[in-house]
Amino acid sequence: MSQRLIIEAGRTERQYWRDLWRYRELFYFLAWRDFLIRYKQTVVGVAWSLIRPVLTMLVLTMVVKVGKLPPGGVPVPLFVFSAMLPWTFFSTAMSESGNSLVNNANLVSKIYFPRLVVPASSVLVSLVDFVVSALFMVALMIYYRFVPPAQVVFLPFFMLLVFAAALGIGLWIAALMVEYRDFRFIVPFVVQFGLYASPVFLMTSQFPEHWRPLYALNPMVGIIDGFRWSLLGGENLIYGPALVSALVGVSGVLATGLWYFRRTERTFADKI
Amino acid sequence: MAGNDDIIVVDKLSKSYAIGHQADGWSGGLRHEIEAAVRHPLKWIQRQRAVKEEFHALQEVSFAVKTGEVIGIIGRNGAGKSTLLKVLSRITEPTSGRIEINGRVASLLEVGTGFHGDLSGRENIFLNGAILGMSKVEIQRKFDEIVAFSEVEKFLDTPVKRYSSGMYMRLAFAVAAHLEPEILIVDEVLAVGDAAFQKKCLGKMQEVSRSQGRTVLFVSHNMSAVLQLTSRAVVLDRGRVRFFGPTEKAVELYAGSSGADSSVFFPANETPREKHGSQAARFISFRFDRATPIFSAGEDFTFFAKVRAQEDLPQLRFSLTVYSADGQPVGSCFGAERPGLSRGAETEVAITIPQPRLAPGRYYCGVAVGKGTNRTGQVDFDVVFNTLAFEVRADEGAAGTVAGWHRNWGSIVFPDLIYS
Repeated sequence: MSQRLIIEAGRTERQYWRDLWRYRELFYFLAWRDFLIRYKQTVVGVAWSLIRPVLTMLVLTMVVKVGKLPPGGVPVPLFVFSAMLPWTFFSTAMSESGNSLVNNANLVSKIYFPRLVVPASSVLVSLVDFVVSALFMVALMIYYRFVPPAQVVFLPFFMLLVFAAALGIGLWIAALMVEYRDFRFIVPFVVQFGLYASPVFLMTSQFPEHWRPLYALNPMVGIIDGFRWSLLGGENLIYGPALVSALVGVSGVLATGLWYFRRTERTFADKI
Repeated sequence: MAGNDDIIVVDKLSKSYAIGHQADGWSGGLRHEIEAAVRHPLKWIQRQRAVKEEFHALQEVSFAVKTGEVIGIIGRNGAGKSTLLKVLSRITEPTSGRIEINGRVASLLEVGTGFHGDLSGRENIFLNGAILGMSKVEIQRKFDEIVAFSEVEKFLDTPVKRYSSGMYMRLAFAVAAHLEPEILIVDEVLAVGDAAFQKKCLGKMQEVSRSQGRTVLFVSHNMSAVLQLTSRAVVLDRGRVRFFGPTEKAVELYAGSSGADSSVFFPANETPREKHGSQAARFISFRFDRATPIFSAGEDFTFFAKVRAQEDLPQLRFSLTVYSADGQPVGSCFGAERPGLSRGAETEVAITIPQPRLAPGRYYCGVAVGKGTNRTGQVDFDVVFNTLAFEVRADEGAAGTVAGWHRNWGSIVFPDLIYS
C-alpha cells in the first residue's frame, strides 16, 4: 500500500521523472481546463481559433499582393497560410507556456507536482489551435485543387521541431518569469518582431544574399521553410544553413531550457 | 526516537531563506540586475558570490508521528508552521535535514486550490481532484459522494464564480475530504466558512482519523479545534520546536506565549460567530479559571468572558451551550440579567455552571451575550461558537461509576440512584 518518501535537500532530483509520470493525469487536466476556460462566455466559442488565423491570413495575403511579392508559384493564401501554421503555433505556445507558471502561481505555492507539467500542458493547448488551423489548410488546398508534393511525408518532422522549439523557449521564459516579471513585456515584443524576422510573407530566397546567413540564425526560418517545402514544394526550397541552425538551435534551446527549469524549479514556490 | 510504527519522521529539519537581496534595496526587476552588473561589475560578481543574509524559518526541527495519530501544529504567526507544512508537502525543499514519510500524502494548504471561477462545479470537482492527486477513475467513483457532501447538487453545472462563498467552500472541502491518502496535511482550513460548515469539517476530519486510521497533521490558530481533534501537538516558536507532547499542555504553553496570563486563553476574533447578532456587545476573549483546560467530573465549571459594549447597554445576559467533541449539544444554561456596560466599556465576567456533572470526555462551548430572559424575550448581541474547549477527566476514586465511564452512557452523569 504505502510508498516511502524521503525529503532532503537536493533529493527531489531522483524522484522527479517518476513523479512526472505519476502526475500525467494532471497534465491532461490542466490542458483540458485551459481549453475549457478559453472560450467561456464567448458567443462564437471555439470558432475563435479559426477566425483569428483566417483574418491574419487575409491581411497577409493583401500584403503579399499589394507588395507584388512572388508567392513561390502557388496561390497566395496557400503560400501565406503554410507559414502561418508553424508561426502562429510557435508564438502562442511559447508565450502561453512562458506565462503559465506565473498564471498558476496559486497552484505552485500550494501544491506539490513536477512543475514541468504546467508549461508542457500549455503547449498542448496551443496544439489544439494548430490542429484547427491545419484542417483549414486542408480545406484551402481542396478549394485550390492543390495536391501537396511527395515530401509532405516530412511534415511530422517539422511539426516535432516547432513543438520542441516552443517548449524549449517556453521553459526558459517560464522559469525566468518567476523571478523577472520583465519577460511579461519582452515576450509580446519578440512575437511581434519575430513575424518580420521570419519568412512568413517572404521566401528566404528573396532575402539579400549576404544577409542570409545572419537571417538563418533565427531557428524559425528553417522550420517555416520546412513547412512550406513539405506542404507546397515547387519554388519553396529549404535554405541549408537555416535547417542546420534550426536543428542545432532547437535541440540546444530545449536541452538548456530543461536544465535551467530543473535547476530553478525547487525555489519557484519561494519566489513566485 | 524513531520507532517502527512511525509514519512520519522529521529529523533536524532546517529551512532558511536568503534575504540579502531585499536588504540591498533590490526590487526584483531585471533592469536593476543588469544596471548593477554594468555599473559595478566587480561588486555585482561579489554580491552573487557573497553569503546572503539568511532568515531561518525552521531550525533543527525534529519529531515523529505514529500511524493514525492526529497531530496539531501550533505557534504564533511567523513561527514556521506554514513553512513546515510546505516542506512536508514538498512544495519547497528543506535547506538541511531529512524527512521520512511512509505513505501517500495529500496536503490541503488552502481550500479550493486550483478552482477556476469560470468552470462549473462538476468540472471543478475533476480539476481539483486531479490537482490534489486523485486519478480520474477515483474521482468518478466518489463523484456522487462528493456532491452529496457539498450539498450543491442543483448548481453542479453553474460556474463556481456564481456560487455563494459558502457553497464554494463546501464544494472545495468536499473534494478534499474525499481524498484517500494515508497522511493528510491540513492548514487553517477551518478559518473560513460559517459555523455549521466548520462543524461539518471538524466532524469529517475526526471521521477520517478515527474510523479510517489516517494520520493527520493539523495547523490552526483555533485552539478549540486543536484540542478537539488532536491528541498531541507540536509548539513551534521562531522556527524551533518548543514543545511536543499532549495537546492540553501544548495549548497551555502556546496560550502563555501569546501574551495572556497563565490560564488557557481563547481569542474570540479567531472563532466563528453568529452572523445575525447585532454586535451591540462583542466578545473579546475567553479564558478558563485554570492553566490547563481539564476539569474533574464533580467540580464547578468556571470561565471568564471579556466583553466590550458598542453602545450603552443597561442589562446583559449570558448563556451557554456545551457540545461534546463530535458536535452534539449536551446542554445549555441561561443566566439572569446582570448590570450592563456603558458604550465603549469592557468587562470580564466570571461565569460558572455549578457542578455540570459532565461525563469524562472532550467538550467545547458556544457562548452568547444578549439581553432579556425567557419571559421578556431574548435578544442575542453576539454568539461565539466553538470556543473554550476542555476536557473532563474521571475522578480518581470517586463514588459510583464515573471512573470507568463508557461512551454509550451519554454525556451527563446523573446523581446516584435512589431506591424507594
